[in-house]
Amino acid sequence: MKNLIYIIFGTVFGIVLTKAEVVSWFRIQSMFQFAELHMYLVISSAVVVGAITMQLVQRMKLQSIDGKELTIKGKPFHKGFIIGGVIFGFGWAITGACPGPIFAQIGAGELPAVFTLAGALVGAFLYHSVKEKLPH
Amino acid sequence: MNFFFEPWNWYIAGPLIGLFVPALLIVTNKMLGISSSFEHICMIVLPKDRQGIFKFNMQENGWKLYFSIGIAVGAFIVANFLSSVPLQFLPDQYHTTEGYIKLFCGGILVGFGTRYANGCTSGHSIFGLSILQSSSLKATISFFAGGLLYTFLASLF
Repeated sequence: MKNLIYIIFGTVFGIVLTKAEVVSWFRIQSMFQFAELHMYLVISSAVVVGAITMQLVQRMKLQSIDGKELTIKGKPFHKGFIIGGVIFGFGWAITGACPGPIFAQIGAGELPAVFTLAGALVGAFLYHSVKEKLPH
Repeated sequence: MNFFFEPWNWYIAGPLIGLFVPALLIVTNKMLGISSSFEHICMIVLPKDRQGIFKFNMQENGWKLYFSIGIAVGAFIVANFLSSVPLQFLPDQYHTTEGYIKLFCGGILVGFGTRYANGCTSGHSIFGLSILQSSSLKATISFFAGGLLYTFLASLF
C-alpha cells in the first residue's frame, strides 16, 4: 500500500482544485477572456507561496521525511516547450481542463470529461509515435 | 461552517496549491506533476509490444496515476458532500454528441501538447515556476499564448 500516500495527497489536491473551481470550463473561459482575475490570482499566489517555501526548503537543506536528499530535477528546454505548450493551450481553452482537472471533472460527475481523457490518451500516444520527426 | 460548502477564494486556494510543492517533496520526495499519468494509462491499455515507444520511467512517474485517481476522489467528495449547490463544470453544449467530439479533439491537443512540452500546468506552471526554472516559464507563457489565441480566434466565428 505504498501508493496510498499518493492517493491521499491527490485527494486533498483534488478537493482544493475543485473548491477553487479551477477545474471549471467557465472559469477557464473567463480567464482567457480577461473577464475575471480569479484564475490568474490562484495560479500566481500558488507560485509565490511555492517559490518562497521552496527557497526556504533548499536554503535550510531540508531532507525528505525518510532522511534522503530531496530530488529536484530540472527540465532542460527544447522547442517542444513552446510548440507543445501552444498546442496544449488550445486544448486547455477548448476543453476547459488541464490534466489534473480532467480527473477532477470526471470525479465531480461531469462525465463528458471522459472524452477529454480519452482524447488526451490518444494525444500522448500520437506524440510518442511521431516524436522522432518533431523538432526538439 | 459555510466555508466548507462555498467555493474558495483565490487567497485560500492559491497558497494551498503552492504548499503542495514543498509538502509533496518532503513527504514523498516527488516533484508535482500530472500529465505523465496519460502515458502510464496508455501503458496499461496497450499491448506489451507497443509500450516501448513511451520509455516510461516508473520510478519517477509511476506515482502520478495514483495521485490522479486521488484528484478524482477529492472532486467526488466536494461534489457530493462539500457543496451547497450542484456543481457544473462543463457547459450544456458539451453534454451533446457534438460536445463529446469537441472534448475528444481538445483532449488530443491536451495530451499531445503536454507530452511535447514535457509538462502541464502543475509540472511547469506550479512546480517549475516555484523552483524558478526558466524553461517552465517559457512553457507557461506558451500555454497562455495558445489559450488566448484560441479564445480570440473562437470569438471571431
